Amino acid sequence: MTDVHIHIHEKTHSNADSPTIENFVLNVNSGEFVCLVGQSGCGKTTLLNTIAGLDSNYSGICRIGNKTQNPKIGFVFQQPCLLPWRTVRENIELVFATSNLIPTARIDELLDLMQLTAYANAYPKQLSEGMKRRVSIIRAFAIKPDLLLMDEPFVSLDEPMARGVRFLLQHLWQQRPHTVLFVTHDLREAIGLADKLVFLTRHPMRVLKEVKVLIARENRHDVHAIENFREHLIQNYPELHLLL
Amino acid sequence: MTRSKYLPIVSIFTFLIFWFGLAAFLHSSLFPSPEVVARVLWQQCQSGELPYHLGVTLLRLVVSFTISMLLGCGIGIALGFNEKLNAFFDNWLIIFLNIPALVTIILCYVWFGLSESAAILAVILNKVPNVIVTLREGTRALDKDLLNMAKCYQFGRLETLCHVVLPQLHPFLMSATRSGLALIWKIILMVELLGRSNGMGYQLHLFFQWFDIASILAYTVAFVSVIQALEFLVLKPLDKQALKWR
Repeated sequence: MTDVHIHIHEKTHSNADSPTIENFVLNVNSGEFVCLVGQSGCGKTTLLNTIAGLDSNYSGICRIGNKTQNPKIGFVFQQPCLLPWRTVRENIELVFATSNLIPTARIDELLDLMQLTAYANAYPKQLSEGMKRRVSIIRAFAIKPDLLLMDEPFVSLDEPMARGVRFLLQHLWQQRPHTVLFVTHDLREAIGLADKLVFLTRHPMRVLKEVKVLIARENRHDVHAIENFREHLIQNYPELHLLL
Repeated sequence: MTRSKYLPIVSIFTFLIFWFGLAAFLHSSLFPSPEVVARVLWQQCQSGELPYHLGVTLLRLVVSFTISMLLGCGIGIALGFNEKLNAFFDNWLIIFLNIPALVTIILCYVWFGLSESAAILAVILNKVPNVIVTLREGTRALDKDLLNMAKCYQFGRLETLCHVVLPQLHPFLMSATRSGLALIWKIILMVELLGRSNGMGYQLHLFFQWFDIASILAYTVAFVSVIQALEFLVLKPLDKQALKWR
């Protein structure tokens, strides 16, 4: 069980006068894929960093499963964040360095699912941007995280490449469901991936609206279905017009 | 491309010919020809004197270099990571960077006696601030995203240091090593000249008193050759090894 409960009373950056996040409450069910949708600069990255424990300077609580301390978190950053001096395989294996037990079979399977088996021994420099994202996704899945955080992982990819990686991500997630928090400012991307959309305000950031996505998983690649759902959102939730 | 490969050799030969010509023209014992220097070098080698003194100096170099690099790296990385620590020590660093080598050498000898450890200490005190400054800049330039990645995936301290921090510091380490060797051996000669009874510096001091320019040049040639060999046999291969991924 990895239900996630997040309640941030306040998070203020040290050089800002007003809080970035205030009274933010979010509950995520185990195995749910949640997309956080908000404008650029509204504090989404700050939120993920807070949840990941990279920034502990806030008041509130993040409970992941039954743990408030050291939950296993897979993080796919905006940049791939691979070590250039390690091969693809070494980059993935490094996250197990402290546990002394490297799940080679799982890594092989993930490489295969992400179509990177042939590049296992290549250095990141030899890979395209899309491949690097796939490696960082593998790394996040490989640790079997309690919670998977993804911070606009496709933002710097061109659209065809982003679509390819998105498709692989969906495929992978359906094989190995995890609780996911996926941050994006692209509504179509969010509708294509999420079980639940969470819309965010800015200055300070809090939850504006939660909407379940009612498109069957197998129809998520259908552009029309996504477009229709988007229209439906625009018509039924006027308060979201700024974000849509 | 193939032609530029020979240019370094051509340049050395041009230099030697020029030296020959100038020596023949001046015809003075204060400006010996390369041939005379080579003969002195050979004699000094055969008598065992040059290898002994060169060896002593190299030993001092290795000891003081190793200690300076270890100390400097540790302190430099710590200052780069910790803003408060840095604010506390920053002024002292600049002061130590600017104290003339001669002053530290004299003070070390006066306070700790004309001993081997005082000599080594003087060299280290001169070198450590340079290493600290280089490594501090390197640590400040570390990729924050990679450090966050390491933290998020719960890398231990040792893993973070070995796999994330040190590879990024490699160019800074190499630069500290190269400038370090150059600086240290210059200071060691001075240390030896002022308070030791062996080593290159001591010998050069004697030759100076005797106006024995040929010997001075012979020792210089020997030392420069050793440093060059170090560059080609140790540092270059290290560089190549570490930058394989590029």
